Amino acid sequence: MLLSLRDVTKTYPGAEVSVLQRISLDLESGEMLALTGESGSGKSTLLHLMGGLDTADRGVVALDGVDLTPLDDKGRAALRRGTVGVVFQQFNLIPSLTVGANIAFQARLAGRHDPDRVQRLAQRLGLGDHLAKYPEQLSGGQQQRVAIARTLAPQPRLVLADEPTGNLDEATADTVFALMCELVAETGAGLILVTHSERLATRLGRRLHLRAGQLT
Amino acid sequence: MTGPILVALLGHWRRNPLQLFTLLAGLALGTALWSGVQAINAEARASYDAAEATLGEGLFPQIVAGDGGSIPLATYVALRRAGWNVSPVIEGNLGPVRVVGVDPLTAPKGIGPVAVEGADLGAFLTGAGQIFAREEVLATLPDTGAALVITPAAAPNTALMDIGLADRLLGRQGRIDRLIVAQIQPSTRRPLAEVAPGLVQSAPQGDSNVARLTESFHLNLTAFGLLAFVVGLFIVHGAIGLAFEQRRPMVRTLRALGVPLGRLILLMALELAVLGLSAGLVGVALGYVVAAALLPDVAATLGGLYGADISGELTLRASWWLSGLAIALGGTGVAAAGSLLSLSRMPLLASAQPRAWVMARQGAGLAVLSLGLLVLSGGLAVWGHGLMVGFAMLGTLLVGGALALPPLLTLVLRLAEGRARDPVAQWFWADTRQQVPALSLALMALLLAMTANVGVSTMVSSFRLTFTGFLDQRLASELYVSARDAEQAAAIVAVAEPRTNAVLPILSVEAQVAGHPVEIYGARDHATYRDNWQLLRAAPGVWDALARGEGVLVNEQLYRRAGRDLGTAVRVAPGLDLPVLGIFGDYGNPVGQVIVNEAVFARQFPDVRALRFGLRLDPAAVDALRQTLRDQAGVADSAMVDQAAIKALSLSVFDRTFTVTTALNILTLAVAGFAMLMSLLTLAAMRLPQVAPVWALGLPRTRLAALDLLRAVVLAALTGALALPLGLGLAWALLAVVNVEAFGWRLPLYLFPMEYLRLGALALLAAVLAALWPAWRLSRMPPAQLLGVFRHER
Repeated sequence: MLLSLRDVTKTYPGAEVSVLQRISLDLESGEMLALTGESGSGKSTLLHLMGGLDTADRGVVALDGVDLTPLDDKGRAALRRGTVGVVFQQFNLIPSLTVGANIAFQARLAGRHDPDRVQRLAQRLGLGDHLAKYPEQLSGGQQQRVAIARTLAPQPRLVLADEPTGNLDEATADTVFALMCELVAETGAGLILVTHSERLATRLGRRLHLRAGQLT
Repeated sequence: MTGPILVALLGHWRRNPLQLFTLLAGLALGTALWSGVQAINAEARASYDAAEATLGEGLFPQIVAGDGGSIPLATYVALRRAGWNVSPVIEGNLGPVRVVGVDPLTAPKGIGPVAVEGADLGAFLTGAGQIFAREEVLATLPDTGAALVITPAAAPNTALMDIGLADRLLGRQGRIDRLIVAQIQPSTRRPLAEVAPGLVQSAPQGDSNVARLTESFHLNLTAFGLLAFVVGLFIVHGAIGLAFEQRRPMVRTLRALGVPLGRLILLMALELAVLGLSAGLVGVALGYVVAAALLPDVAATLGGLYGADISGELTLRASWWLSGLAIALGGTGVAAAGSLLSLSRMPLLASAQPRAWVMARQGAGLAVLSLGLLVLSGGLAVWGHGLMVGFAMLGTLLVGGALALPPLLTLVLRLAEGRARDPVAQWFWADTRQQVPALSLALMALLLAMTANVGVSTMVSSFRLTFTGFLDQRLASELYVSARDAEQAAAIVAVAEPRTNAVLPILSVEAQVAGHPVEIYGARDHATYRDNWQLLRAAPGVWDALARGEGVLVNEQLYRRAGRDLGTAVRVAPGLDLPVLGIFGDYGNPVGQVIVNEAVFARQFPDVRALRFGLRLDPAAVDALRQTLRDQAGVADSAMVDQAAIKALSLSVFDRTFTVTTALNILTLAVAGFAMLMSLLTLAAMRLPQVAPVWALGLPRTRLAALDLLRAVVLAALTGALALPLGLGLAWALLAVVNVEAFGWRLPLYLFPMEYLRLGALALLAAVLAALWPAWRLSRMPPAQLLGVFRHER
């Protein structure tokens, strides 16, 4: 089992209602899962708990058999470096680094930098001619492709994508989505995709819906 | 309409209290240092003015004895009978207090008790008399029987009384020190030379000697205060610029809703004026505290260096605090001018986003401007002349250097980024480079503070080194003795000659060379001069030629002012022109000096008798000789000064000077550190979008915080690396350009590497302290706050 959540609950300070209530789910390696739900239903929070970006108040989040709950900041940071890859809706590239340096960044942090792989990914994602540019010189679709390449360069075991095409037009979104799924499938990693788009959600093998902090 | 607009505008400060605090504190600190220095200067000048009014120097012509001695009472009476409208003055020391005796019946208006309001002339003249002085001076006087009148406006350390009382207290037996010449004189009076051939009249000096002597010191203090104020203005400029940028969307909305641009600008200017005045008030109050803390050291410095009596107590003058408020208001105006101008030109439909890209584009322009200013500064240094050109050179050097900082930092950081192999290192350099525009104002403030520190400490230390070396040359004699009159002078020589290796008379007379006032000294040919005096420039065989009476030595001031280089002729007396054989350094002296051989001097000025002597003897025998001179020649202790005492006094004076400059150094650095702290705190909130992805990719918050600390150290170190040459340039400009133009002498520039290292460490400490809080906040930042960056609703 790649990822396992048991009775995970999360309440933000000052909030009267828990954003996540007793969530349980499993994900196998190579499995692709779409997570849908209304705004504020807790999708992003759930994704953050799975990626070790935040901690649950109760319950167990286990990745590759390792419980994330007792890990300290450094432990979770190491997990994010080596095991998890996150694609954000806002791309969140590092503006001070070139496209090439952005793509290689996480792989180098994880100690798994392979220049050939970076080149191949860049070519596959149509970024071969843009490696020396800075993120602000690229279009939105190009920036999201850089973010995907950065996530996949270190070959993470789990890819978490938070509305990765939310800022793109439909045609670009389709292209980026297809490329991402293809590349994730090649690595054998698990994928959890948070999306509002019914169209994209139906294209993945498995789908879960989150409503008011509970899976339906 | 005004009310709602003000509510909208002021709401910005309510939501950004840190920005408001930065603005107010920056202005208050800058104003504090500026007005503190001004308070010290004003207090010193008031003391000089009080002394001038009390003693009549600078206001009226004076008549003194040509040989430097006293004037007999009979000569004074003869002058009055010959029609001269003159008034006698007796001066001397009673313990530590300077006693001045005047005759109120003949003194011109504005001198002595004539100027003291509420003075009772009858009581002043009759009976036991009255003594006017400050309260602390009166407290130190022995009981004289005279009534003591507290006079706060009196000159510091001076007691004023009737000439009869002064004569009794000082034991003068009717001898007068000088005569004050009233401005209106009867045209029928007989010539001075006919009535009193031994007396000479001098013109009023305009400024007192002390005021001129200390001008250099005050100029340096003012320069320091101004630099500190400019550093403060950098903070204010940054805060106002940021506030205006952040309010651009609101301004656009207000204008779209129908608020006229003119009204908006007026209200924003008004808002800034109120803030400026509030900060100014705090700054002036802080300035008073700074001045009160530093004044005793400044007073001791000026007293020791120049014999200037400065009151150690501060007076709250209206002109001072009003000018403090004015400069705070003016500074706010200067800092806000660019932002207000940009706002006035902003089209209604302009982008509401902060114009970071415009600022980036301006970076290239700044580099060109900085280069232009530095080239201009170099040009002024090479080809310029005059004091104003000297200051223009300093200004262009400092502003050009400050503007060069951001492009230079960017260049160095880009090079480091290119050489980095580790991904975190690569990100660190790239991210640091990206922060340069946002931090540039704070870094420029730090640069100016460090430059001022390097420049001023180099100048003061060079001055100390040169001056102590100069004292070693000039104070070669082990004991200096002053005689009351020619009779005592003869007694001194008689007592001293068998007990010393040499008795060197100090002969001098005032004269004019090429229209410049000079002192002509007669020097005996002796190893004391040959072995100790180091000449700045000299002809071959200078001492032998001087001994033969074939030429003169001139001081640097005369060489520069009158163009008397080696070989040019100096008119020592009518009909006697002698070539310049050598030029000597004469630091701190405002007037020119000419040294001729003793025999030449005696031929030209036969009436002048030596009343001062330098005695060469075994240092161990100094105390015994003092005792003998006291017993056998009646020389008062105050008329004998030994070399060691003068040197010890000079060094202690410099130590006090160092206390003042060190305090100003630390305060200026503290202001710059505060600028960095405020910039880093502002930046901490703005740069979360840059930090959050790196954290999400696996860099722990503690490491990010450590990198932030390291970044502050790196930026401060790079800024320090630029500040060092800039500070040395500043020191060179002060020593070699401004000093020469202002005072006629040039000081050599010495380097003090340990001092620079200590300063560098202090600046790094300031940077670390400034970065500590923002870094600590980052290390403790809840993940939810970092995750906020990734939320869709952002």
